[in-house]
Amino acid sequence: MSKLINGGIKLLNNTLGWIDDRFPLTKTWNEHLAQYYAPKNFNFWYYFGSLALLVLVIQIVTGIWLTMNYKPSAEHAFASVEYIMRDVNWGWWIRYMHSTGSSAFFIVIYLHMFRGMMYGSYKRPRELLWLTGMFIYLILMAEAFFGYLLPWGQMSYWGAQVIISLFGAIPFIGPELAEWIRGDYVVSDVTLNRFFSFHVIAVPLVLCGLVGLHIFALHEVGSNNPDGVEIKKHKDANGIPLDGIPFHPYYTVKDIVAVVVFLIFFCLVVFFNPEMGGYFLEHANFIPADPLKTPEHIAPVWYFTPFYAILRAVPDKLLGVVAMGASTLIFMALPWLDRSPVKSIRYRGWKYRTALTIFVITFISLGWLGMQVATPNVTLASRIFAVIYFLFFLLMPFYTANDTDKPVPDRVT
Amino acid sequence: MKRTIFLFVVALAWLMAGSATSAGHHLYKADVDISDKASLQRGARTFVNYCMGCHSAAYMRYNRMGDDLGIEESILQNNLMFGTDKSGDTMTIAMQKDDAEKFFGTAPPDLSVNARSRGANWLFTYFMTFYRDDSRPFGVNNLAFKDVAMPHVLWELQGIQKPVYKTVQKEDGSQREVIDHLELETPGTLDSDGYQNTVNDLVNFLVYVGEPAQIQRRSVGVIVILYLLVLLVIVYLLKKEFWKDIH
Repeated sequence: MSKLINGGIKLLNNTLGWIDDRFPLTKTWNEHLAQYYAPKNFNFWYYFGSLALLVLVIQIVTGIWLTMNYKPSAEHAFASVEYIMRDVNWGWWIRYMHSTGSSAFFIVIYLHMFRGMMYGSYKRPRELLWLTGMFIYLILMAEAFFGYLLPWGQMSYWGAQVIISLFGAIPFIGPELAEWIRGDYVVSDVTLNRFFSFHVIAVPLVLCGLVGLHIFALHEVGSNNPDGVEIKKHKDANGIPLDGIPFHPYYTVKDIVAVVVFLIFFCLVVFFNPEMGGYFLEHANFIPADPLKTPEHIAPVWYFTPFYAILRAVPDKLLGVVAMGASTLIFMALPWLDRSPVKSIRYRGWKYRTALTIFVITFISLGWLGMQVATPNVTLASRIFAVIYFLFFLLMPFYTANDTDKPVPDRVT
Repeated sequence: MKRTIFLFVVALAWLMAGSATSAGHHLYKADVDISDKASLQRGARTFVNYCMGCHSAAYMRYNRMGDDLGIEESILQNNLMFGTDKSGDTMTIAMQKDDAEKFFGTAPPDLSVNARSRGANWLFTYFMTFYRDDSRPFGVNNLAFKDVAMPHVLWELQGIQKPVYKTVQKEDGSQREVIDHLELETPGTLDSDGYQNTVNDLVNFLVYVGEPAQIQRRSVGVIVILYLLVLLVIVYLLKKEFWKDIH
């Protein structure tokens, strides 16, 4: 028996050696998992990177199965979704995983970004890591936008109509550009077909590529941590960071706990409240798209509403579009706007702490305002919060340069 | 802290002030219970007898309904299927869209997922608040759906209601008449409770039709969550075991 086992191990080792001579399998495994040293003091906020990867996989796998039964045509799209919900075995489950997954993706990404802002993870030497992450975020927004047209409900249709018409605000080429994007004078079957193509192949391809880049960039510079100190500064005789532990097995087993907790919340929504009170699946989207009937109230899904509120806050259409674009892109400038020598919020002074708190309140408030019918009060509040939103970024060089920062410890605590 | 919360509530109230979303009348609350098969069966009976003259449920199959509601094939065939004898068919109607537009001015919508866009409470209120309005083509209007194109199909059951007006003073001092409540003018074949129960069964059925999978969804969900909770204990112990030498 033991002879058999020994023989088996030998065969396995030989096979591994054969592969390693031709492909860096062991090397890759070690560099990215078994000998990738991560700080040992990760807290709650450090789960969302791996959770984002999990949601990406959920979206891809459920997306593949949805594509098997979905029909991207104006005539059949709505009916094919109901066909999935009723006649395809477990189709409802696949569809709810996908629809809940899109909201979950943004929840996880927003928390992941907030983590970066709390612990200064965008600061030197992680500027490129932050930028690749921001590109992922932008691409994710495009993916969500294209995907939202596919169920071909009233909100799908009119949401797309509103967003595409924004391009029409661009001087000179605007109207032609909007027409070129739609492929028609209004959102139609042609638009649905190209959005389907973008949603299932073009954008996911870019997304996966960027996620790869993001992880490569991370493993080059190493993870930041809640103390914001560089663990690579203190290494033992073998060149291993004193405060680092191998990602595998330590963080793989730890992340699995987070995965199960996440799945519990995820499944509570999927199985017990998939509409999430109209926030994850909008009620009006259960009415088939009707090009002749504009809904009374067009609101994007919750994850776009902070930016939508900024768009509506600006009285001029073109400037509104510019402001909305700027509000998403401005995150990219963070590494250069932040002048503090301290990374982590634990050792930052009161100015940055206050600014970040106000920013979180502002972001959530704008998100809520973006869902409301635009009454004068709502518009006024949106304007105030939109100004605060931009001030957080534009004043950052000033309030971070002379903040009452505390001394940063040498090692992680 | 208390002060901050107070200010926040005041600010919220101020924001809500301008957004007049309330319809200005009492919204009934439907008592939806998908596990009540007897109620769903009664709702199905009302639906095929009263609604399906004009409304289809084109994504719903008869045999799926039979299976989920515990209706035998022969009963299904003889009592609930009037347009087809193939129980695998979907619940379509014979009325053509073009004709319907001529009859009513607008084609009656398909009701497969209507409950998901309208909500159960709205539907309940809609069925409760038809009232006599001689200016309308079918002699009725509705509090939930102003100037609705649909006649009050259930009038035989409910009877006919008439509006009772009251005078309200507007902010600018002008006065105007608004409907205060509805009063039964001519009684129907059912009393008030009987009609409410019939409507509730119908709404319950429409909620079921909106998503037949919800029965299965919840029961599978319980098993999934229980499984994940057990798994959580195991993976947590695994994590603890690995991490005991990290300080």
